[in-house]
Amino acid sequence: MRRTGAQIVWEMLRQEGVEVVFGIPGGAIMHTYHPRQQYGIHHILVRHEQCAAHAADGYARASGRTGVAISTSGPGATNLVTGIATAMMDSSPIVCITGQVSTPVIGSDAFQETDITGITLPITKHNYLVTDVKDLAYVIHEAFHIATSGRPGPVLIDLPKDVQQEETNFMAPEGEPQLPGYHSVGLADPLLVQQAATLINGAKRPVILAGHGVMMSDAVEVLRAFAEKTQIPVTFTLLGNGAFPASHHLTLGMMGMHGEAVANHAIQEADLLLAFGMRFDDRVTGKLDRYAPNAHKIHVDLDATELNKIVPVDVSILGDLRHVLEQLMPLVKSTSHEEWFKRINIWRTEADLRDVVSRPQNGRLLTPHVINAIWEATRGEAITVTDVGQHQMWVAQYYHLDRPHTLITSGGLGTMGFGLPAAIGAQVGQPDKEVWAILGDGGFQMTLHELATVIQEQLPLRIAICNNNYLGMVRQWQELFYDQHYESTHLLNPDFVRLAEAYGIRSWRATTLEEGHQAIAEARCHPGPTLIDFQVAQKGEEGNVYPMVPADAALHEMIRRSMPSPEYQNLIEERR
Amino acid sequence: MKRTLIAQVEDKPGVLNRVASLFRRRVFNIESLTVGHTEQPGVSRMTIVVDSSRTDTQKVAQNLYKLANVIKVEDISEQPAVMRDLALIKVGINGGQTRSEVMQIVKTFRARVVDVGLETLMIEVTGPEEKVTGLVEVLRPFGIVEMVRTGRVAMARGNSSSKSS
Repeated sequence: MRRTGAQIVWEMLRQEGVEVVFGIPGGAIMHTYHPRQQYGIHHILVRHEQCAAHAADGYARASGRTGVAISTSGPGATNLVTGIATAMMDSSPIVCITGQVSTPVIGSDAFQETDITGITLPITKHNYLVTDVKDLAYVIHEAFHIATSGRPGPVLIDLPKDVQQEETNFMAPEGEPQLPGYHSVGLADPLLVQQAATLINGAKRPVILAGHGVMMSDAVEVLRAFAEKTQIPVTFTLLGNGAFPASHHLTLGMMGMHGEAVANHAIQEADLLLAFGMRFDDRVTGKLDRYAPNAHKIHVDLDATELNKIVPVDVSILGDLRHVLEQLMPLVKSTSHEEWFKRINIWRTEADLRDVVSRPQNGRLLTPHVINAIWEATRGEAITVTDVGQHQMWVAQYYHLDRPHTLITSGGLGTMGFGLPAAIGAQVGQPDKEVWAILGDGGFQMTLHELATVIQEQLPLRIAICNNNYLGMVRQWQELFYDQHYESTHLLNPDFVRLAEAYGIRSWRATTLEEGHQAIAEARCHPGPTLIDFQVAQKGEEGNVYPMVPADAALHEMIRRSMPSPEYQNLIEERR
Repeated sequence: MKRTLIAQVEDKPGVLNRVASLFRRRVFNIESLTVGHTEQPGVSRMTIVVDSSRTDTQKVAQNLYKLANVIKVEDISEQPAVMRDLALIKVGINGGQTRSEVMQIVKTFRARVVDVGLETLMIEVTGPEEKVTGLVEVLRPFGIVEMVRTGRVAMARGNSSSKSS
């Protein structure tokens, strides 16, 4: 079969099971765009290439399939960079295809030429510059394999214009690509697994730290069985949210800088940490030299470079988590850890008293109330996509998840502007699910042009803006640590309701919780996309995220929301 | 302590860049890196010398393995191995006496004179790094005009092999 490079792109995408791609055409990629419709692959035209990468990322995280982003050369390619780096940090499988100037002029500073393989070298799992059309089919096949296998990540293929135009005999490559330097991880060392089991069976105050890896290795079920058999409480990272049911009696909630106090205290007093598919990011450890000082540590990860990278551990097991847990199951004893749970329940009760959601209303709208209202209205069954900042932490705290892969958020890179485009991707990947994009007013305005994409694709996306007219998380730091000097964080915002209307999106404004409930209910009944502008509290205990582990503090040294007055405490106790 | 890693890599454009970029990104301190062809077509071999007091050699190896083009990495520091460095040294000569003195030194070090100019001699020396450094130090008072060293290449002795498969 004679095929041009452009045709081979679509032939191969179809073979890899791709149904939808996100992108923007341009001079150096037009040739590839031209035959698209013959191949029945849907193209979603975003408004900025960064959002093509974020949307591909959101699509991948929501659907479990590979996301694909396409852009032209030069500025089109460089605009992808933030999205690629985001996917890299959060191990999200995306394939980016960039146009490139023709091979004879590469290196001559031709119009819209940029060295995108050079630029993305440190932020891709692998990348390619295809200089011969004969290599193209195999490169695409390899790219999908690398993006999705092992620890997933972004792969970029740079495709010069002449390679897109040239013809060759096309034969679809089949089977697993032969990559002499790409090693898959085998079964874990049974000796190490036995050592881990011995530590687990001897532990009095064990805690499981569940990361993103739990979901990526499909270990959610076996983790639950393991935790129930051993009666070990589970706390999760931001990206591990969903790895363990929030409603389960063994859950402690999220750990880390804005984690649950009970989780952070438990980690600090533990005698054994079981780190499963997580990487001890600085946002979850606090001050390292005082992190879990009395705990033995077991670390299971698929990536050898993560073991002993940040926290030196007693037993490090290289392997796929699901298999390791299956190996561990017959070796661990059923226990109860009654004393440990007594201690944990003291922290839990105290945390309940400090919880802002259980406090009486004073008429002002607080972001935790908004999140709680959305959670209640959707019965916790929506896919939530966040941006980055205060609202993100509150979603993690208050949108309790019982199912995996239902929170999509930029963890490692903390990319503001991620939320809206990633939600577009998530909605495309899960067209029958209710998807809520919960955003801050700062991050929303970094990529709000994608409202046009929402309309063009008629996606029934629910957009919630927690609008406090500030870069809220930075403002919080300024309030607490920079003498309340609010340097460059106040945002003079447009009228988001009228803005949404201009795009043709049905919208509401809510300034009280009552209005909030009303708007959420009406939005959920509307068949098309919706946007709600929640005008939320800006400052103090109402506007700041607690608990908070300040910089350079140990994990248990949290700033907490103050205790309510005794009569409210009684009220809360009664309600319990 | 200096440790020696042998990395077998695919002979493809940009692989050296990937390795160098990795070292920069992970802030690995590398003493020397040499790269060249091997007995296997399509496979290049890198000899990487790491100062293990500043950079964890195992981390270097694990991170190299994550590059899709790196086939095999081996730390041969604990094995009996032949380690060699090659240098070309151009020494300034002003008069017949210095010329014969330098020639004498070259002979003692089992090095070779590979070029004779009116006012210079070019010397080639191969050997363990200490020997090369020793010759350089002895020649320095004569005035070294120009010098280049390859950095270490290494191979384990006996039957063991760092072949990729």
